[in-house]
Amino acid sequence: MCLALPALIVELLDAETAIVDLGGVRKQISIALVPEAQVDDYVIVHVGHAIGILDEAEAQATLALFAELARSEA
Amino acid sequence: MKYVDEFRDGTLARNLAASLQAEVDPARHYSFMEFCGGHTHALARYGVVDLLPGNVRMIHGPGCPVCVLPIGRIDMGIQLALERGAMLCTYGDVMRVPASDGLSLLRAKARGGDIRMVYSPADALQLARNHPGREVVFLAIGFETTTPPSALVIRQAAREGIKNFSVLCCHVLTPSAITHILQSPEVAQYGTLALDGFVGPAHVSIVIGSAVYEPFASTYRKPVVISGFEPLDVMQSILMLVRQVNQGRAEVENQFTRAVNRAGNRAAQAVTTEVFELRDSFEWRGLGEVPFSALKIRPEFAPFDAECRFELIYQAVPDHQQCECGAILRGVKRPTECKLFGTVCTPENPMGSCMVSSEGSCAAHYTYGRFRDIPVLTT
Repeated sequence: MCLALPALIVELLDAETAIVDLGGVRKQISIALVPEAQVDDYVIVHVGHAIGILDEAEAQATLALFAELARSEA
Repeated sequence: MKYVDEFRDGTLARNLAASLQAEVDPARHYSFMEFCGGHTHALARYGVVDLLPGNVRMIHGPGCPVCVLPIGRIDMGIQLALERGAMLCTYGDVMRVPASDGLSLLRAKARGGDIRMVYSPADALQLARNHPGREVVFLAIGFETTTPPSALVIRQAAREGIKNFSVLCCHVLTPSAITHILQSPEVAQYGTLALDGFVGPAHVSIVIGSAVYEPFASTYRKPVVISGFEPLDVMQSILMLVRQVNQGRAEVENQFTRAVNRAGNRAAQAVTTEVFELRDSFEWRGLGEVPFSALKIRPEFAPFDAECRFELIYQAVPDHQQCECGAILRGVKRPTECKLFGTVCTPENPMGSCMVSSEGSCAAHYTYGRFRDIPVLTT
């Protein structure tokens, strides 16, 4: 039920709606819950609403941590 | 960066598994509850359980809104569709949940009820706009992730003055359920359910933030690690929990930093508070009546509250006698300990709610894990 997917904002239609791209599929969603969202942001989409914005720097840091763990094992 | 594939890498998963194996203390057992059905699903689907050391046990929690929805609530929806002529809209997952008299929303639809599956609450509001002569009711379920979209749609209906739209609110709260488990006799009194920490919710925490879990760490001395839903996220979170236990720490840590912060989504919290208030008590399947564990629509929005509009009264209905969903939702039993599992109760014909949603522990184990129970014979 809490299924939500990361999708890229490609167009802002008005203050509360945007078009996202999800692996080539485009869909209109509400951004009323993340008013600060901009084009090129990745948002987490749940039941047609963006509920949060993904932070690329933090995502890179998490991936780097996985890689670091891998190195220390090697 | 697509935020998906990067977090499913098999080589990194094996490396994380090696780290876990190296860091667990072979002299003790570790029991962690993954609260969310999303984590239950990830553990089963990606075979994470097979990568964990033998002394790390994952207990499935009650964080599956379809699973904890009691029969009486589905009955209310069926009653609206069959007896009151309403157009009942709800999420796909709710359609197959078993209700009274051998019915489900899907079966009630086959009997002629106008029951529609929607992707978003906004779709239900659109149906109300398109059918001004019909009563359109949205059966809203879900934890904090799903609540703000319901709040938005009620506020929108009020702004537009829509007269034929209402919401049957069954939204529930994560922190109350965690408290209930920590205070349950199995954990607090008898200690029959060992619990060393929690894998905390991913998407729920985007909305509510990580600060709300701090009392579980400070008061109950249970570590909480908020975790993303991808397999590498879950494995890293389990490693973080093992480290906390080994070092005698009980803290709230955030593994899902790419989406969760301490305060949560303020805009989402604001609209939720504007439209909803706490219910005194709400029945959960498996947990029973839990005080202050759910939301209801504020009196200012009463015209949009289906319970007021249709004067609905909730009636509790006992589950199927042999169904162990209750014990499974409390973490006391595993799916395979239920007599009905995989025999009369299957995802095609669920007897209990845990077999319905793909996030339910029984459905996850049936789909991805049941063959693991059978020893491999080589000839």
